Amino acid sequence: MTDPEIPSAYVRDKRTPPPSREELRARIPGWGVDLDPADRPSYPKLQYPADTGAHWDFPERQPEKWPREHSIEHAFVTPVFGTAQPPRGLSGAIRRYAYARFSEGRLAHWLLLIVGDRVDAWGSHLRSFATLRPDDPVTETGVRSEFTRGGLRSRRGRSDARHHALDPVVVAGPWVAGAAAAYVGVRSLARAARR
Amino acid sequence: MRAMVYRGPYKIRVEDKDVPPIEHPNDAIVRVTLAAICGSDLHLYHGMMPDTRIGHTFGHEFIGIVEQVGSSVQNLQVGDRVMVPFNIFCGSCWFCARGLYSNCHNVNPNATAVGGIYGYSHTTGGYDGGQSQYVRVPFADVGPVRIPDWMHDEDAVLLTDAAATGYFGAQLGEIAEGDTVVVLGAGPVGLVAAQSSWLMGAGRVIVIDHLQERLEKARTMAHAETLDYDEYDDIVVEMKKQTDHLGADVVIEAVGAEADGNLAQQLTGPKFKLQGGSATALNWAIDGVRKGGTVSVVGAYGPIPNAVKFGDALNKGLTLRMNQTPVKRQWPRMFEHVRNGHLTPRAMVTHRFPLEHIAEAYHVFSAKLDGCIKPLVLPDAA
Repeated sequence: MTDPEIPSAYVRDKRTPPPSREELRARIPGWGVDLDPADRPSYPKLQYPADTGAHWDFPERQPEKWPREHSIEHAFVTPVFGTAQPPRGLSGAIRRYAYARFSEGRLAHWLLLIVGDRVDAWGSHLRSFATLRPDDPVTETGVRSEFTRGGLRSRRGRSDARHHALDPVVVAGPWVAGAAAAYVGVRSLARAARR
Repeated sequence: MRAMVYRGPYKIRVEDKDVPPIEHPNDAIVRVTLAAICGSDLHLYHGMMPDTRIGHTFGHEFIGIVEQVGSSVQNLQVGDRVMVPFNIFCGSCWFCARGLYSNCHNVNPNATAVGGIYGYSHTTGGYDGGQSQYVRVPFADVGPVRIPDWMHDEDAVLLTDAAATGYFGAQLGEIAEGDTVVVLGAGPVGLVAAQSSWLMGAGRVIVIDHLQERLEKARTMAHAETLDYDEYDDIVVEMKKQTDHLGADVVIEAVGAEADGNLAQQLTGPKFKLQGGSATALNWAIDGVRKGGTVSVVGAYGPIPNAVKFGDALNKGLTLRMNQTPVKRQWPRMFEHVRNGHLTPRAMVTHRFPLEHIAEAYHVFSAKLDGCIKPLVLPDAA
Protein backbone atom coordinates (compact mmCIF):
# COMPACT_ATOMS: atom_id res chain seq x y z
CA MET A 1 0.00 0.00 0.00
CA THR A 2 1.40 3.37 -1.00
CA ASP A 3 1.08 6.39 1.20
CA PRO A 4 -1.80 8.13 -0.65
CA GLU A 5 -3.91 5.04 -0.17
CA ILE A 6 -3.61 5.10 3.59
CA PRO A 7 -6.77 6.71 5.03
CA SER A 8 -6.52 9.96 6.98
CA ALA A 9 -7.18 8.26 10.29
CA TYR A 10 -3.81 6.54 10.15
CA VAL A 11 -1.69 9.57 9.29
CA ARG A 12 -1.19 13.06 10.67
CA ASP A 13 -3.45 15.20 8.45
CA LYS A 14 -6.73 14.85 6.60
CA ARG A 15 -6.09 13.75 3.02
CA THR A 16 -8.90 15.89 1.64
CA PRO A 17 -9.00 19.49 2.84
CA PRO A 18 -12.45 21.11 3.13
CA PRO A 19 -13.61 23.40 0.33
CA SER A 20 -12.40 26.99 0.44
CA ARG A 21 -14.39 29.76 2.11
CA GLU A 22 -15.12 31.30 -1.26
CA GLU A 23 -16.45 28.08 -2.68
CA LEU A 24 -18.66 27.46 0.34
CA ARG A 25 -19.97 31.04 0.41
CA ALA A 26 -20.87 30.76 -3.27
CA ARG A 27 -22.75 27.51 -2.74
CA ILE A 28 -24.37 27.87 0.71
CA PRO A 29 -26.57 30.85 1.69
CA GLY A 30 -25.11 32.40 4.83
CA TRP A 31 -22.12 30.07 5.10
CA GLY A 32 -19.94 31.14 8.01
CA VAL A 33 -22.11 33.95 9.40
CA ASP A 34 -21.84 32.27 12.81
CA LEU A 35 -18.23 31.24 12.29
CA ASP A 36 -16.90 32.64 15.54
CA PRO A 37 -17.68 30.08 18.28
CA ALA A 38 -17.56 32.81 20.90
CA ASP A 39 -20.28 34.75 19.10
CA ARG A 40 -23.06 32.19 19.15
CA PRO A 41 -26.22 32.58 21.26
CA SER A 42 -25.51 29.60 23.48
CA TYR A 43 -21.88 30.45 24.20
CA PRO A 44 -20.86 30.47 26.94
CA LYS A 45 -23.23 27.93 28.41
CA LEU A 46 -23.82 30.06 31.49
CA GLN A 47 -24.75 33.64 30.68
CA TYR A 48 -26.30 36.34 32.81
CA PRO A 49 -29.08 37.95 30.75
CA ALA A 50 -29.49 41.64 31.55
CA ASP A 51 -33.27 41.46 31.58
CA THR A 52 -35.38 38.33 31.43
CA GLY A 53 -38.62 40.26 31.93
CA ALA A 54 -38.96 38.97 35.50
CA HIS A 55 -39.82 41.69 38.00
CA TRP A 56 -39.57 39.54 41.13
CA ASP A 57 -36.83 37.74 43.05
CA PHE A 58 -39.09 34.82 43.78
CA PRO A 59 -42.43 34.58 41.98
CA GLU A 60 -45.69 35.03 43.79
CA ARG A 61 -47.14 31.64 44.67
CA GLN A 62 -50.02 30.26 42.62
CA PRO A 63 -52.92 29.10 44.84
CA GLU A 64 -52.84 25.34 45.44
CA LYS A 65 -56.37 24.03 44.91
CA TRP A 66 -55.51 20.48 45.98
CA PRO A 67 -52.40 19.02 47.61
CA ARG A 68 -50.26 19.22 44.48
CA GLU A 69 -48.16 16.11 43.93
CA HIS A 70 -44.49 16.95 43.59
CA SER A 71 -41.07 15.39 43.34
CA ILE A 72 -39.49 14.78 46.73
CA GLU A 73 -36.30 16.19 45.24
CA HIS A 74 -37.99 19.60 45.32
CA ALA A 75 -37.94 21.59 48.55
CA PHE A 76 -41.62 22.45 48.04
CA VAL A 77 -44.30 22.77 45.40
CA THR A 78 -42.94 25.21 42.83
CA PRO A 79 -44.56 28.64 42.86
CA VAL A 80 -46.16 28.02 39.47
CA PHE A 81 -47.48 24.69 38.23
CA GLY A 82 -49.92 23.09 35.83
CA THR A 83 -53.44 22.39 36.99
CA ALA A 84 -54.54 20.12 34.17
CA GLN A 85 -55.96 16.69 35.01
CA PRO A 86 -55.72 16.47 38.82
CA PRO A 87 -55.04 12.92 40.05
CA ARG A 88 -58.21 10.90 40.62
CA GLY A 89 -59.29 7.37 41.46
CA LEU A 90 -56.93 4.41 41.49
CA SER A 91 -54.56 5.91 38.93
CA GLY A 92 -54.38 9.06 41.02
CA ALA A 93 -53.52 7.04 44.12
CA ILE A 94 -50.74 5.25 42.26
CA ARG A 95 -49.35 8.53 40.96
CA ARG A 96 -49.50 10.22 44.36
CA TYR A 97 -47.67 7.26 45.90
CA ALA A 98 -45.00 7.36 43.16
CA TYR A 99 -44.35 11.03 43.88
CA ALA A 100 -44.52 10.77 47.65
CA ARG A 101 -42.37 7.66 48.06
CA PHE A 102 -39.70 7.58 45.34
CA SER A 103 -37.32 10.21 44.02
CA GLU A 104 -36.72 10.75 40.31
CA GLY A 105 -33.54 8.72 40.72
CA ARG A 106 -35.49 5.54 41.46
CA LEU A 107 -36.78 3.40 38.62
CA ALA A 108 -39.80 2.52 40.77
CA HIS A 109 -40.93 6.13 40.55
CA TRP A 110 -41.17 6.04 36.77
CA LEU A 111 -42.53 2.51 36.49
CA LEU A 112 -45.31 3.34 38.94
CA LEU A 113 -46.18 6.40 36.87
CA ILE A 114 -46.36 4.22 33.77
CA VAL A 115 -48.63 1.78 35.66
CA GLY A 116 -50.76 4.77 36.67
CA ASP A 117 -50.99 5.80 33.02
CA ARG A 118 -52.26 2.39 31.97
CA VAL A 119 -54.78 2.20 34.82
CA ASP A 120 -55.95 5.69 33.87
CA ALA A 121 -56.34 4.67 30.23
CA TRP A 122 -58.28 1.50 31.02
CA GLY A 123 -60.53 3.23 33.53
CA SER A 124 -61.23 6.09 31.14
CA HIS A 125 -62.03 3.73 28.30
CA LEU A 126 -64.45 1.78 30.46
CA ARG A 127 -66.07 4.94 31.81
CA SER A 128 -66.48 6.25 28.27
CA PHE A 129 -68.83 3.35 27.50
CA ALA A 130 -71.26 4.79 30.02
CA THR A 131 -71.35 8.13 28.18
CA LEU A 132 -72.87 9.38 24.95
CA ARG A 133 -69.39 9.48 23.43
CA PRO A 134 -67.67 6.12 23.98
CA ASP A 135 -64.09 5.71 22.79
CA ASP A 136 -63.96 4.84 19.12
CA PRO A 137 -60.74 3.12 18.07
CA VAL A 138 -61.34 3.93 14.41
CA THR A 139 -61.72 7.68 14.67
CA GLU A 140 -59.34 8.11 17.61
CA THR A 141 -56.43 6.29 16.00
CA GLY A 142 -56.84 8.16 12.70
CA VAL A 143 -56.42 4.83 10.98
CA ARG A 144 -58.72 5.83 8.12
CA SER A 145 -55.87 7.93 6.79
CA GLU A 146 -54.25 4.64 5.80
CA PHE A 147 -56.76 4.67 2.93
CA THR A 148 -56.82 8.39 2.19
CA ARG A 149 -53.13 9.19 2.61
CA GLY A 150 -51.48 6.31 0.79
CA GLY A 151 -50.75 3.88 3.60
CA LEU A 152 -49.30 1.21 1.33
CA ARG A 153 -47.67 3.56 -1.16
CA SER A 154 -45.99 5.55 1.58
CA ARG A 155 -44.41 2.49 3.15
CA ARG A 156 -43.09 0.88 -0.01
CA GLY A 157 -39.41 -0.06 0.45
CA ARG A 158 -39.19 1.27 3.98
CA SER A 159 -37.47 -0.85 6.62
CA ASP A 160 -39.67 0.48 9.41
CA ALA A 161 -42.75 -1.06 7.78
CA ARG A 162 -41.64 -4.31 9.45
CA HIS A 163 -42.67 -3.11 12.86
CA HIS A 164 -45.65 -0.99 11.82
CA ALA A 165 -47.62 -4.22 11.63
CA LEU A 166 -47.22 -4.48 15.40
CA ASP A 167 -49.01 -1.21 16.08
CA PRO A 168 -52.49 -2.78 15.97
CA VAL A 169 -51.23 -5.41 18.42
CA VAL A 170 -49.95 -2.72 20.76
CA VAL A 171 -53.25 -0.85 20.57
CA ALA A 172 -55.71 -3.74 20.54
CA GLY A 173 -53.69 -6.44 22.30
CA PRO A 174 -54.51 -5.41 25.88
CA TRP A 175 -58.21 -5.22 24.98
CA VAL A 176 -58.21 -8.66 23.42
CA ALA A 177 -56.35 -10.06 26.41
CA GLY A 178 -58.73 -8.29 28.78
CA ALA A 179 -61.78 -9.58 26.94
CA ALA A 180 -60.38 -13.11 26.94
CA ALA A 181 -59.64 -12.92 30.66
CA ALA A 182 -63.13 -11.58 31.35
CA TYR A 183 -64.68 -14.36 29.28
CA VAL A 184 -62.69 -17.04 31.08
CA GLY A 185 -63.53 -15.50 34.44
CA VAL A 186 -67.24 -15.26 33.76
CA ARG A 187 -67.31 -18.81 32.38
CA SER A 188 -65.55 -20.11 35.46
CA LEU A 189 -67.98 -18.35 37.73
CA ALA A 190 -70.92 -19.67 35.76
CA ARG A 191 -69.60 -23.24 35.98
CA ALA A 192 -68.98 -22.87 39.69
CA ALA A 193 -72.51 -21.61 40.17
CA ARG A 194 -73.96 -24.61 38.29
CA ARG A 195 -72.16 -27.13 40.48
CA MET B 1 -63.32 25.66 23.42
CA ARG B 2 -62.20 22.80 21.19
CA ALA B 3 -59.03 20.99 22.17
CA MET B 4 -57.11 17.88 21.29
CA VAL B 5 -57.22 15.36 24.14
CA TYR B 6 -55.22 12.19 24.79
CA ARG B 7 -57.31 9.03 25.24
CA GLY B 8 -54.51 6.48 25.68
CA PRO B 9 -51.61 5.22 23.55
CA TYR B 10 -52.25 5.87 19.84
CA LYS B 11 -55.66 7.39 20.58
CA ILE B 12 -56.66 11.05 20.61
CA ARG B 13 -59.75 13.05 19.83
CA VAL B 14 -61.09 16.61 19.92
CA GLU B 15 -63.34 17.55 22.83
CA ASP B 16 -64.99 20.61 24.30
CA LYS B 17 -63.04 21.89 27.30
CA ASP B 18 -63.34 24.99 29.46
CA VAL B 19 -61.26 27.97 28.37
CA PRO B 20 -58.34 27.96 30.83
CA PRO B 21 -58.54 30.59 33.58
CA ILE B 22 -55.84 32.91 34.89
CA GLU B 23 -54.20 30.94 37.73
CA HIS B 24 -51.38 33.34 38.62
CA PRO B 25 -51.03 37.12 38.36
CA ASN B 26 -48.40 36.81 35.62
CA ASP B 27 -50.45 34.44 33.46
CA ALA B 28 -51.87 35.27 30.06
CA ILE B 29 -54.54 33.42 28.12
CA VAL B 30 -53.62 33.14 24.46
CA ARG B 31 -56.03 32.34 21.64
CA VAL B 32 -54.09 29.95 19.44
CA THR B 33 -53.98 30.87 15.76
CA LEU B 34 -51.49 28.25 14.58
CA ALA B 35 -49.92 25.19 16.19
CA ALA B 36 -47.68 22.35 15.09
CA ILE B 37 -47.17 18.72 15.99
CA CYS B 38 -43.61 18.04 17.11
CA GLY B 39 -41.78 14.74 16.67
CA SER B 40 -41.52 14.61 20.45
CA ASP B 41 -45.32 14.75 20.71
CA LEU B 42 -45.22 11.28 19.23
CA HIS B 43 -43.49 10.00 22.38
CA LEU B 44 -46.58 11.06 24.31
CA TYR B 45 -48.91 9.74 21.64
CA HIS B 46 -47.22 6.33 21.78
CA GLY B 47 -47.51 6.19 25.57
CA MET B 48 -43.78 6.40 26.22
CA MET B 49 -43.70 9.38 28.58
CA PRO B 50 -44.55 8.62 32.22
CA ASP B 51 -47.48 10.50 33.76
CA THR B 52 -49.30 11.33 30.56
CA ARG B 53 -52.86 11.62 31.81
CA ILE B 54 -56.07 10.91 29.98
CA GLY B 55 -57.58 14.23 28.94
CA HIS B 56 -54.22 15.93 28.51
CA THR B 57 -53.94 18.41 25.64
CA PHE B 58 -50.62 18.22 23.81
CA GLY B 59 -48.88 20.96 21.88
CA HIS B 60 -45.77 22.99 22.72
CA GLU B 61 -45.36 24.71 19.33
CA PHE B 62 -47.95 27.45 18.93
CA ILE B 63 -48.52 31.13 18.26
CA GLY B 64 -51.58 33.22 18.97
CA ILE B 65 -53.23 36.39 20.17
CA VAL B 66 -53.29 37.52 23.78
CA GLU B 67 -56.87 37.27 24.97
CA GLN B 68 -56.50 38.03 28.68
CA VAL B 69 -53.67 39.02 31.03
CA GLY B 70 -53.16 38.63 34.78
CA SER B 71 -52.89 41.55 37.16
CA SER B 72 -49.08 41.71 37.24
CA VAL B 73 -48.42 41.43 33.49
CA GLN B 74 -46.55 44.50 32.23
CA ASN B 75 -45.02 43.55 28.88
CA LEU B 76 -48.01 42.18 26.96
CA GLN B 77 -51.40 43.60 26.11
CA VAL B 78 -54.65 42.06 24.98
CA GLY B 79 -54.57 41.77 21.21
CA ASP B 80 -50.79 41.26 20.89
CA ARG B 81 -49.74 38.59 18.37
CA VAL B 82 -47.24 36.44 20.19
CA MET B 83 -44.95 33.49 19.66
CA VAL B 84 -44.45 31.38 22.77
CA PRO B 85 -41.29 29.36 23.46
CA PHE B 86 -41.99 25.74 24.30
CA ASN B 87 -40.21 26.28 27.61
CA ILE B 88 -42.20 27.64 30.54
CA PHE B 89 -39.72 29.60 32.67
CA CYS B 90 -39.74 32.14 35.49
CA GLY B 91 -36.75 34.28 34.48
CA SER B 92 -35.53 34.57 38.06
CA CYS B 93 -34.37 31.22 39.50
CA TRP B 94 -30.69 30.18 39.70
CA PHE B 95 -30.92 28.53 36.29
CA CYS B 96 -32.89 31.22 34.44
CA ALA B 97 -30.54 33.86 35.87
CA ARG B 98 -27.76 32.05 33.98
CA GLY B 99 -29.65 31.71 30.72
CA LEU B 100 -30.67 28.09 31.21
CA TYR B 101 -34.33 28.80 30.52
CA SER B 102 -35.13 25.20 29.66
CA ASN B 103 -33.91 24.15 33.12
CA CYS B 104 -36.10 26.52 35.16
CA HIS B 105 -36.62 25.34 38.75
CA ASN B 106 -39.80 27.28 39.54
CA VAL B 107 -42.33 25.84 37.12
CA ASN B 108 -42.33 22.06 37.36
CA PRO B 109 -43.20 20.52 40.72
CA ASN B 110 -43.27 17.02 39.23
CA ALA B 111 -39.57 16.78 38.42
CA THR B 112 -36.33 18.59 39.10
CA ALA B 113 -34.54 17.15 36.08
CA VAL B 114 -36.65 18.94 33.50
CA GLY B 115 -38.24 22.36 33.35
CA GLY B 116 -41.77 23.22 32.32
CA ILE B 117 -43.11 22.43 28.85
CA TYR B 118 -46.56 23.09 27.45
CA GLY B 119 -48.65 20.01 26.79
CA TYR B 120 -45.93 17.53 27.55
CA SER B 121 -47.33 15.34 30.35
CA HIS B 122 -47.17 15.93 34.09
CA THR B 123 -43.51 14.97 34.04
CA THR B 124 -42.91 18.47 32.67
CA GLY B 125 -45.34 20.25 34.96
CA GLY B 126 -48.88 19.29 34.03
CA TYR B 127 -49.69 22.21 31.74
CA ASP B 128 -52.20 21.72 28.94
CA GLY B 129 -50.78 22.59 25.54
CA GLY B 130 -51.54 24.58 22.45
CA GLN B 131 -53.23 22.09 20.14
CA SER B 132 -56.43 23.78 21.16
CA GLN B 133 -58.19 27.10 20.74
CA TYR B 134 -56.90 28.64 23.98
CA VAL B 135 -53.93 28.03 26.23
CA ARG B 136 -52.72 29.30 29.58
CA VAL B 137 -49.29 30.94 29.26
CA PRO B 138 -47.53 31.34 32.63
CA PHE B 139 -44.94 34.09 33.13
CA ALA B 140 -46.29 36.18 30.30
CA ASP B 141 -43.68 38.87 30.99
CA VAL B 142 -40.84 36.38 30.49
CA GLY B 143 -41.56 33.87 27.73
CA PRO B 144 -43.71 35.21 24.87
CA VAL B 145 -42.49 37.72 22.29
CA ARG B 146 -44.55 39.83 19.89
CA ILE B 147 -44.22 38.44 16.37
CA PRO B 148 -42.33 40.88 14.14
CA ASP B 149 -44.50 42.28 11.35
CA TRP B 150 -42.24 40.88 8.65
CA MET B 151 -42.27 37.32 9.99
CA HIS B 152 -44.44 34.65 8.37
CA ASP B 153 -46.73 32.85 10.83
CA GLU B 154 -45.36 29.47 9.78
CA ASP B 155 -41.78 30.58 10.47
CA ALA B 156 -42.92 31.97 13.81
CA VAL B 157 -44.56 28.74 14.95
CA LEU B 158 -41.53 26.70 13.92
CA LEU B 159 -39.22 29.02 15.82
CA THR B 160 -41.02 28.11 19.06
CA ASP B 161 -39.25 24.74 19.06
CA ALA B 162 -38.22 22.73 16.00
CA ALA B 163 -36.15 25.38 14.24
CA ALA B 164 -34.67 26.73 17.47
CA THR B 165 -33.74 23.22 18.51
CA GLY B 166 -31.98 22.53 15.21
CA TYR B 167 -29.98 25.74 15.54
CA PHE B 168 -29.17 24.97 19.17
CA GLY B 169 -28.09 21.44 18.22
CA ALA B 170 -25.52 22.80 15.80
CA GLN B 171 -24.18 25.10 18.52
CA LEU B 172 -23.85 22.22 20.96
CA GLY B 173 -21.66 20.51 18.35
CA GLU B 174 -19.03 23.24 18.83
CA ILE B 175 -18.45 23.20 15.09
CA ALA B 176 -15.09 24.56 13.93
CA GLU B 177 -14.37 25.80 10.42
CA GLY B 178 -14.02 22.96 7.95
CA ASP B 179 -15.51 20.28 10.23
CA THR B 180 -17.38 17.34 8.81
CA VAL B 181 -20.79 17.29 10.48
CA VAL B 182 -23.14 14.32 10.35
CA VAL B 183 -26.77 14.98 11.21
CA LEU B 184 -28.78 11.93 12.19
CA GLY B 185 -32.40 12.43 11.19
CA ALA B 186 -33.79 14.56 8.37
CA GLY B 187 -36.89 15.59 10.28
CA PRO B 188 -37.66 19.22 11.11
CA VAL B 189 -34.93 19.51 13.76
CA GLY B 190 -32.31 17.75 11.65
CA LEU B 191 -33.03 19.88 8.60
CA VAL B 192 -32.44 23.11 10.51
CA ALA B 193 -29.44 21.60 12.29
CA ALA B 194 -27.93 20.88 8.86
CA GLN B 195 -28.65 24.42 7.64
CA SER B 196 -27.20 25.84 10.84
CA SER B 197 -24.04 23.74 10.62
CA TRP B 198 -23.13 25.62 7.46
CA LEU B 199 -23.67 28.96 9.20
CA MET B 200 -21.13 27.85 11.81
CA GLY B 201 -18.52 27.01 9.20
CA ALA B 202 -18.90 23.30 8.49
CA GLY B 203 -16.89 22.12 5.51
CA ARG B 204 -19.14 19.18 4.84
CA VAL B 205 -22.64 18.28 6.06
CA ILE B 206 -24.02 14.75 5.70
CA VAL B 207 -27.61 13.95 6.69
CA ILE B 208 -28.64 10.35 7.40
CA ASP B 209 -32.21 9.08 7.30
CA HIS B 210 -34.14 6.48 5.35
CA LEU B 211 -37.22 8.36 4.19
CA GLN B 212 -36.74 9.55 0.63
CA GLU B 213 -38.79 12.73 0.86
CA ARG B 214 -36.80 13.82 3.90
CA LEU B 215 -33.47 13.08 2.29
CA GLU B 216 -34.58 15.06 -0.74
CA LYS B 217 -35.50 17.95 1.55
CA ALA B 218 -32.05 17.73 3.17
CA ARG B 219 -30.48 18.11 -0.25
CA THR B 220 -32.65 20.99 -1.43
CA MET B 221 -33.33 22.91 1.77
CA ALA B 222 -30.06 22.26 3.60
CA HIS B 223 -27.64 21.70 0.68
CA ALA B 224 -26.41 18.56 2.42
CA GLU B 225 -25.06 15.26 1.18
CA THR B 226 -27.37 12.43 2.18
CA LEU B 227 -27.11 8.77 3.08
CA ASP B 228 -30.05 6.37 3.17
CA TYR B 229 -29.24 3.90 5.93
CA ASP B 230 -31.55 1.31 4.40
CA GLU B 231 -29.06 1.03 1.53
CA TYR B 232 -26.18 -0.05 3.76
CA ASP B 233 -25.64 -3.18 5.74
CA ASP B 234 -24.03 -1.10 8.49
CA ILE B 235 -24.37 2.66 8.39
CA VAL B 236 -21.59 3.17 10.93
CA VAL B 237 -19.09 1.53 8.56
CA GLU B 238 -20.32 3.82 5.79
CA MET B 239 -19.88 6.85 8.05
CA LYS B 240 -16.27 5.77 8.58
CA LYS B 241 -15.72 5.25 4.84
CA GLN B 242 -17.21 8.65 4.07
CA THR B 243 -14.82 10.33 6.49
CA ASP B 244 -11.64 8.52 5.45
CA HIS B 245 -11.98 6.25 8.49
CA LEU B 246 -11.71 9.12 10.94
CA GLY B 247 -15.37 9.43 11.79
CA ALA B 248 -17.23 12.72 11.71
CA ASP B 249 -15.84 15.62 13.71
CA VAL B 250 -19.33 16.33 15.00
CA VAL B 251 -22.49 14.22 15.05
CA ILE B 252 -25.81 15.87 15.80
CA GLU B 253 -28.41 13.40 17.05
CA ALA B 254 -31.75 14.85 15.92
CA VAL B 255 -33.91 11.74 16.20
CA GLY B 256 -34.61 10.80 19.81
CA ALA B 257 -36.49 7.95 21.40
CA GLU B 258 -38.40 6.66 18.36
CA ALA B 259 -35.31 5.95 16.26
CA ASP B 260 -35.58 3.29 13.60
CA GLY B 261 -32.73 1.29 12.12
CA ASN B 262 -32.51 -1.44 14.75
CA LEU B 263 -35.49 -3.75 15.17
CA ALA B 264 -34.49 -4.94 18.64
CA GLN B 265 -34.24 -1.36 19.93
CA GLN B 266 -37.55 -0.48 18.28
CA LEU B 267 -39.34 -3.47 19.84
CA THR B 268 -37.88 -3.12 23.33
CA GLY B 269 -38.35 0.65 23.29
CA PRO B 270 -41.27 2.34 21.54
CA LYS B 271 -43.33 -0.80 21.02
CA PHE B 272 -43.16 -2.72 24.29
CA LYS B 273 -41.68 -0.08 26.63
CA LEU B 274 -39.02 -2.34 28.16
CA GLN B 275 -36.65 0.60 27.94
CA GLY B 276 -37.30 4.32 27.70
CA GLY B 277 -37.15 4.31 23.93
CA SER B 278 -34.89 3.29 21.09
CA ALA B 279 -31.28 4.39 21.51
CA THR B 280 -30.30 3.51 17.94
CA ALA B 281 -29.49 7.04 16.79
CA LEU B 282 -27.60 7.79 19.98
CA ASN B 283 -25.48 4.67 19.53
CA TRP B 284 -24.83 5.47 15.87
CA ALA B 285 -23.71 8.93 16.95
CA ILE B 286 -21.27 7.48 19.49
CA ASP B 287 -19.96 4.95 16.97
CA GLY B 288 -19.85 7.31 13.99
CA VAL B 289 -18.11 10.32 15.49
CA ARG B 290 -14.32 10.41 15.50
CA LYS B 291 -12.29 9.88 18.64
CA GLY B 292 -12.12 13.17 20.53
CA GLY B 293 -15.15 14.42 18.61
CA THR B 294 -18.40 15.91 19.82
CA VAL B 295 -21.86 14.39 19.93
CA SER B 296 -24.69 16.88 20.22
CA VAL B 297 -27.97 15.39 21.39
CA VAL B 298 -31.19 17.28 20.78
CA GLY B 299 -33.40 14.28 20.11
CA ALA B 300 -35.85 13.90 22.99
CA TYR B 301 -35.67 11.01 25.45
CA GLY B 302 -37.83 10.17 28.44
CA PRO B 303 -36.62 9.65 32.00
CA ILE B 304 -36.53 5.84 31.91
CA PRO B 305 -33.09 4.27 31.24
CA ASN B 306 -31.97 3.37 27.73
CA ALA B 307 -29.46 0.85 26.35
CA VAL B 308 -26.71 3.30 25.43
CA LYS B 309 -23.12 2.36 24.55
CA PHE B 310 -21.55 4.55 27.17
CA GLY B 311 -18.31 2.57 27.29
CA ASP B 312 -17.45 3.49 23.72
CA ALA B 313 -18.17 7.13 24.45
CA LEU B 314 -15.64 6.95 27.27
CA ASN B 315 -13.07 5.01 25.30
CA LYS B 316 -13.28 7.46 22.39
CA GLY B 317 -12.85 10.50 24.59
CA LEU B 318 -16.04 12.06 23.33
CA THR B 319 -17.62 15.29 24.35
CA LEU B 320 -21.33 14.70 24.82
CA ARG B 321 -23.40 17.88 24.85
CA MET B 322 -27.15 18.10 25.22
CA ASN B 323 -30.07 20.01 26.66
CA GLN B 324 -33.60 20.99 25.98
CA THR B 325 -33.30 24.18 23.97
CA PRO B 326 -33.47 27.48 25.82
CA VAL B 327 -35.55 28.83 22.96
CA LYS B 328 -35.75 32.51 23.73
CA ARG B 329 -31.97 32.74 23.96
CA GLN B 330 -31.76 31.70 20.29
CA TRP B 331 -34.34 34.11 18.96
CA PRO B 332 -32.58 37.44 18.34
CA ARG B 333 -29.92 35.81 16.16
CA MET B 334 -32.36 33.41 14.54
CA PHE B 335 -34.69 36.26 13.62
CA GLU B 336 -31.78 37.77 11.65
CA HIS B 337 -31.07 34.47 9.95
CA VAL B 338 -34.71 33.96 8.97
CA ARG B 339 -35.03 37.52 7.72
CA ASN B 340 -31.86 37.14 5.64
CA GLY B 341 -32.99 33.81 4.23
CA HIS B 342 -30.14 31.88 5.81
CA LEU B 343 -32.60 29.74 7.71
CA THR B 344 -35.87 28.78 6.04
CA PRO B 345 -37.99 26.92 8.60
CA ARG B 346 -41.31 26.99 6.75
CA ALA B 347 -39.76 25.16 3.79
CA MET B 348 -40.19 21.98 5.84
CA VAL B 349 -43.96 22.27 6.24
CA THR B 350 -45.75 19.59 4.26
CA HIS B 351 -49.21 19.30 5.83
CA ARG B 352 -51.80 21.59 7.38
CA PHE B 353 -54.65 19.92 9.30
CA PRO B 354 -57.75 21.47 10.88
CA LEU B 355 -57.82 20.81 14.63
CA GLU B 356 -60.93 18.67 14.12
CA HIS B 357 -58.83 16.24 12.04
CA ILE B 358 -56.01 15.93 14.53
CA ALA B 359 -56.34 12.16 15.01
CA GLU B 360 -55.61 11.79 11.30
CA ALA B 361 -52.74 14.27 11.59
CA TYR B 362 -51.08 12.26 14.35
CA HIS B 363 -51.43 8.99 12.49
CA VAL B 364 -50.06 10.45 9.25
CA PHE B 365 -47.11 12.03 11.08
CA SER B 366 -46.44 8.97 13.23
CA ALA B 367 -46.50 6.49 10.35
CA LYS B 368 -44.78 9.00 8.01
CA LEU B 369 -47.52 8.68 5.41
CA ASP B 370 -47.96 10.89 2.38
CA GLY B 371 -44.45 12.36 2.59
CA CYS B 372 -45.23 14.06 5.89
CA ILE B 373 -42.30 15.99 7.34
CA LYS B 374 -43.95 18.72 9.41
CA PRO B 375 -47.69 18.99 10.08
CA LEU B 376 -49.31 22.20 11.27
CA VAL B 377 -52.61 22.42 13.12
CA LEU B 378 -55.18 25.12 12.34
CA PRO B 379 -57.37 25.59 15.45
CA ASP B 380 -60.15 27.52 13.74
CA ALA B 381 -60.30 25.83 10.35
CA ALA B 382 -63.48 23.97 9.52
